[in-house]
Amino acid sequence: MSSRAEVPKVNAGSMADIAFLLLIFFLVTTSIETDAGLSRMLPRDSPTPPLPIQQRNILPILINGENELMVNGEIVPMVNLKDLTIAFLDNGGLRSEASDYCDYCKGERSTTSSDNPEKAVVSLMSNRKTSYGTYITVQNELTAAYNALRNREAQRLYKVDFTAMERLYSSKETTAAYKAALKKKIQTIQSLYPMKLSEAERK
Amino acid sequence: MSKFAKKKDGELPAVSTASLPDIVFMLLFFFMTVTVMKDSSLKVENTLPNASEIKKLEKKDRVIYIYVGKPTPEFVSKFGAEPKIQLNDKFAGPSEVGDYILMERAKKSQDLQNVLTTALKVDKNANMGLISDIKQELRKVNALKVNYTTYDGDAFNNLQ
Repeated sequence: MSSRAEVPKVNAGSMADIAFLLLIFFLVTTSIETDAGLSRMLPRDSPTPPLPIQQRNILPILINGENELMVNGEIVPMVNLKDLTIAFLDNGGLRSEASDYCDYCKGERSTTSSDNPEKAVVSLMSNRKTSYGTYITVQNELTAAYNALRNREAQRLYKVDFTAMERLYSSKETTAAYKAALKKKIQTIQSLYPMKLSEAERK
Repeated sequence: MSKFAKKKDGELPAVSTASLPDIVFMLLFFFMTVTVMKDSSLKVENTLPNASEIKKLEKKDRVIYIYVGKPTPEFVSKFGAEPKIQLNDKFAGPSEVGDYILMERAKKSQDLQNVLTTALKVDKNANMGLISDIKQELRKVNALKVNYTTYDGDAFNNLQ
């Protein structure tokens, strides 16, 4: 035997298998978490009591411990909540000669409902025993009502949905210049139907 | 006799698989870097409610998480079956939420401290009493941006 025997090569054919094994492990353990939900701003914790609001500009929504819903003093099923909210926000009850008359509202213009969307406040009162699922459903329906109205106005002004604009705005691919223009549009629509939600809790 | 010997017909050259490990390693490294290991294991049941009008939370580094739900079976004997708050890795009462938020906020870089969102991951069977306590605490420390984290789906499924 010669001393210059070749060193046997290590077979690297199984390297791919090992790497595959690791790859599959990481594929399985990775959970690309989907974090999405309803965003809200809480009111500031201020000691001064809020200014009194006229009764007709408030839409009182109550949820009791049995998860029943009461809107405007009547027990209603959850499916009606969105339409009731839209009717309230879009009412525009001021007379047409008033200075803050709502000229884009398409509601009933009833004098017993909200003056204009800017003054309309949705008051959501829940009980300590209300289930969180029900609460989220109500929040979702309220958001849906606002989104429906905002979409309508965005379609009228910019021929595009408000929700689509928001999605574009938060997307990473949108350029900064386009974002600035988008932000202006979004703010315009938001000022037409500002979300005024007041939450309280009943024992 | 030609210098260039003709190849024999019918014999396809074998495709070299030598670069296969490299490709797989590339994929492997991609997933290794992308994977975010959960920093806290859930000790509460966390079936989120459904909602359809949702917005995505784009930037994960700007989010503080609060979990609420019934303790999982292994913790029921110790902590009871009532919904509890989980902050990081331990159970906490509503009064500890404020301190937790301040602590987490201090950990973030200066420019992010004002744009933080608190994501409330609440089990759909929890009750509102606990949630309003948390919200009161959040207001006290001026953490006003909240996100009720939900799954995408029909909100009316929550009612059953």
